[in-house]
Amino acid sequence: MTTGNPLGTLLPGAPPTSTRRLAWLNWKLAVGGSMVLAVVGLGLVGPLFWSTRLARPASSPPDLPPLWAHGGTAAHPLGTESLGRDILALLIVGGPASLRVGAIAAGVGLGVAMLLGFVAGYFGGWIDDVVRVLADAWVTIPALAVMVVLAATLSSITVGTEAFLLALFSWPMATRMLRSQMLSMRGRGYVKMARLSGLSNFSIMFREILPNMIPYVVASFVSAMAVAIMAATSLEALGLGPSQTPTLGLTIYYAIQGSALLRGMWWWWGLPLVLLVIIFSGLFIMSIGLDEVSNPRLKRYAQRARRRAPRRPARGTAGAGRSRTAVGSGVGTDQ
Amino acid sequence: MPEPPLLEIRDVTKRYAGGSAVALDHFSLVVPESPATITTIAGESGSGKTTLANAVLGFVSPTSGSILFRGRDISRLRRSARLDYRRNVQAIFQDPYAAYNPFYPVRHTLQQVIRRFGLASSRSEARELMNDALAMVGMRGEDVLDKHPHQLSGGQRQRIMFARAHLVRPRLIVADEPVSMIDASLRATIIDIMLRMRDEDGISFLYITHDLSTAYQVGNEIVILYAGRVAESGEVTTVLEQPKHPYVQLLIDSVPVPDPRRRWQEQISLPPDDGPYQAAPGCLYAARCPHRMDRCDEAAPALYEIGAAHRAACYLYEGGGPAPAADAPATTTIAHGG
Amino acid sequence: MKPAVLEVEALQVHYQTATEVAVAVNGVSFQVFAGETLGLVGESGCGKSTTAMAILNLVQAPGRIAGGSIRLNGQDLTTLSQRRLRQVRWREVALIPQGAMDSLNPVVRVDDQVAEVIQAHEGRLSRSAMSDRIAELLSLVGLPGRVARLYPHELSGGMKQRVCIAMAIALQPALLVADEPTSALDVVVQRVVGQTLLDVTSRLGVAMILIGHDIALQAQLVDRMAVMYAGSILEIGPVETMFDQPQHPYTQLLIASIPSITERRRRPAETPVREVQHRPSGCVFRLRCPHAFDRCREEVPVARETSPGHVVACHLHDDASQPAGGGSRA
Repeated sequence: MTTGNPLGTLLPGAPPTSTRRLAWLNWKLAVGGSMVLAVVGLGLVGPLFWSTRLARPASSPPDLPPLWAHGGTAAHPLGTESLGRDILALLIVGGPASLRVGAIAAGVGLGVAMLLGFVAGYFGGWIDDVVRVLADAWVTIPALAVMVVLAATLSSITVGTEAFLLALFSWPMATRMLRSQMLSMRGRGYVKMARLSGLSNFSIMFREILPNMIPYVVASFVSAMAVAIMAATSLEALGLGPSQTPTLGLTIYYAIQGSALLRGMWWWWGLPLVLLVIIFSGLFIMSIGLDEVSNPRLKRYAQRARRRAPRRPARGTAGAGRSRTAVGSGVGTDQ
Repeated sequence: MPEPPLLEIRDVTKRYAGGSAVALDHFSLVVPESPATITTIAGESGSGKTTLANAVLGFVSPTSGSILFRGRDISRLRRSARLDYRRNVQAIFQDPYAAYNPFYPVRHTLQQVIRRFGLASSRSEARELMNDALAMVGMRGEDVLDKHPHQLSGGQRQRIMFARAHLVRPRLIVADEPVSMIDASLRATIIDIMLRMRDEDGISFLYITHDLSTAYQVGNEIVILYAGRVAESGEVTTVLEQPKHPYVQLLIDSVPVPDPRRRWQEQISLPPDDGPYQAAPGCLYAARCPHRMDRCDEAAPALYEIGAAHRAACYLYEGGGPAPAADAPATTTIAHGG
Repeated sequence: MKPAVLEVEALQVHYQTATEVAVAVNGVSFQVFAGETLGLVGESGCGKSTTAMAILNLVQAPGRIAGGSIRLNGQDLTTLSQRRLRQVRWREVALIPQGAMDSLNPVVRVDDQVAEVIQAHEGRLSRSAMSDRIAELLSLVGLPGRVARLYPHELSGGMKQRVCIAMAIALQPALLVADEPTSALDVVVQRVVGQTLLDVTSRLGVAMILIGHDIALQAQLVDRMAVMYAGSILEIGPVETMFDQPQHPYTQLLIASIPSITERRRRPAETPVREVQHRPSGCVFRLRCPHAFDRCREEVPVARETSPGHVVACHLHDDASQPAGGGSRA
């Protein structure tokens, strides 16, 4: 080795020069996201090719099986149900409707959770005590049972009311999660610097800390959405959901009412179920992907490069811990 | 009517754990308005130096005693006076990575103070201010402002922190171990920045460290803390060249000398455990002290004068100054000459 | 001439990042002789910790040992199977990793943790034999016997570190690798732990590699010293001559950077270092070197012996002869 440097050129310990900060497009996020977007797309594009009026009762010949089964026709490729509604149309309307309910419920719940969780985590003291007791107590209320009772007492409910009911029970978990995130972030060095700069508390919470919590907030939103859709579908399947909108849950309700199982009309309850599975799987995979983004357990070299301290190394990104095992087992720390 | 000092720490005590652990015990210090000085607060972990920094910055409130900025108690400041305090008292911390918000490029930390303190009236003025501040620490704006903290080295990040402090032009900077996480060969640059800020901008420093060798290069005065109390104080050269307190002597002897032929001779022992110190009636160092006497366990010694502005809290030097009253707390007041 | 316990030759450790290969250890060679302490000093990112990990074959992905050999008492550790390595580790070479005191299991008492190490390699011992052994180890490191039944959080930093030392020597290894054992400790505690290490190694005849960034501390503790920069050893030799006559400009810089506590000099400020990300051609240090000349850009310096046992890789010393064999190569 007398001339040139045949080996790699990047020096160890050198900070990475690329500006790629977060690998937002890790494949789980992409796959899960596509699944959910497909359902959204179904709702947007579907009406262009298929009449949504076929989702109304008595719009189609009843009890037709899907295209590929014996007796099916191309006019109703996914079949129809006993009240004369076309299944395909029901999916086109119902899928996005379920997503909408979930999104509104999650949005409202998260809004409340952010407000309460941030304030509790940042200020601590009695505010924290009050919020925590409230959230902890609320979690013990059997959500579904109460929702059933509430929904049953109301004569008819809209999508909005349903979403509000769902939000009522989703806020405690999100509040606790956001509170603990805020608690850990408020001790960070840059928060101290912001206080030294004379920034107000709310400024610090929302301009300094919140941007670093985006992955957690989004992950929270996605899982809240999945939970809300689950609860909504349960309510609807019991007949307690909004009666005007043909949500997937409502379709299943009618399928139960119409003894679809006994009558072998598997497409009536089965196809909505398939769409629900797509929605849930999509959201679930997205949340795993988000978990990886916000909590990178992968030991990327970029993190090593960032540790410049000759003393105890400085911490990397939020949540990136170093695994430690007892010295006695003979395994050293990662370096 | 004499002008109040820039900062007065008056008899501050901080207790934790329901009163049983004393982080700082009746500590007093005065930093005058002028001339600009670097006062080193030295001590090992558990000595109270971090508590002191946090108290001066208003992050923690004293259990008793007060901290006065230009004569006013900082815990009682109103909104605008609070901002004024922030404008005049800034800080540099030990970890140059944690001090940055990882979401934003590093210019955010400079813009933060420009915006909050109204240092510039236009974007171009702000840009100019930032470039000047960076030039002061030997960097160019166009090289670093748009980078994210993880793209820069520890030395660069710390220098940018100094640039940020320089932008604000505070009267006092609390520097809490600013070089301990920086490579040895790069420390001189940062120490030089501190000295220049004192000499050219008239900024005083409270330099908090456990590393006596950098203290030697930097400070005018030094206060050495042990278990929340002052062990010795005075001019840096005097205290480090002729330490009087047994703890300080041990400390200085334990700094490794870069000469393989002058190795540590004595085997020394450590106290059975360190940690939050219990408030004890006597001298807290007595258990380890080779010169221990009976009276060391009965009551804590006051700070006795040894020479000009050189004081040590040890009964060995009792004859040197006025005998204190039996219950007088250990205090230190460094009066700076004009 | 004492036998060499460890012979590292042309060690290469590479890290594969998304876009390029980072060379953490670039052709490092050195030896550690029986009973001596070799210091490995360098600043952050120079590869010293990676070298320590490589010796125990604990380099984790995306890093890997890409070349060279590591011979411990004749055996090449890079070629051993995982099973054989597990037997070798701790019994013949033990590691005190960085931040070791934080690696202690917080819910297990000290004696149980030490016992775990011993049992993992030697099988079960009788209760009394084990507690005798532990008491002996604790006294070797200067800890009182009562420490055995304590939990880590009840110990101070210095005490925890000494427990880690006790665990490392529990099986009487031939070589101890201590990675920054005193970095997080106060000055006085650092002295005590340093002295404990010296004491223990001399009493047991254990060879040690002491890794650190504080060159003054190295002066107090080691017999020979190697200076590392950006993955290469630039200079290696007996500690006295390294301090009396440092040959490499980087060594000279490190020594000059030590702020003196006896002499107050206002040193001229160095020009701020231009941060170097990529390996320069030729000598890896040339961009920071005050003596760099043309040759430094073209050729990587070869290691040469300027006095017995004192080897340096620098073009300023090109007229010195090459070492007979097993010297440090840049």
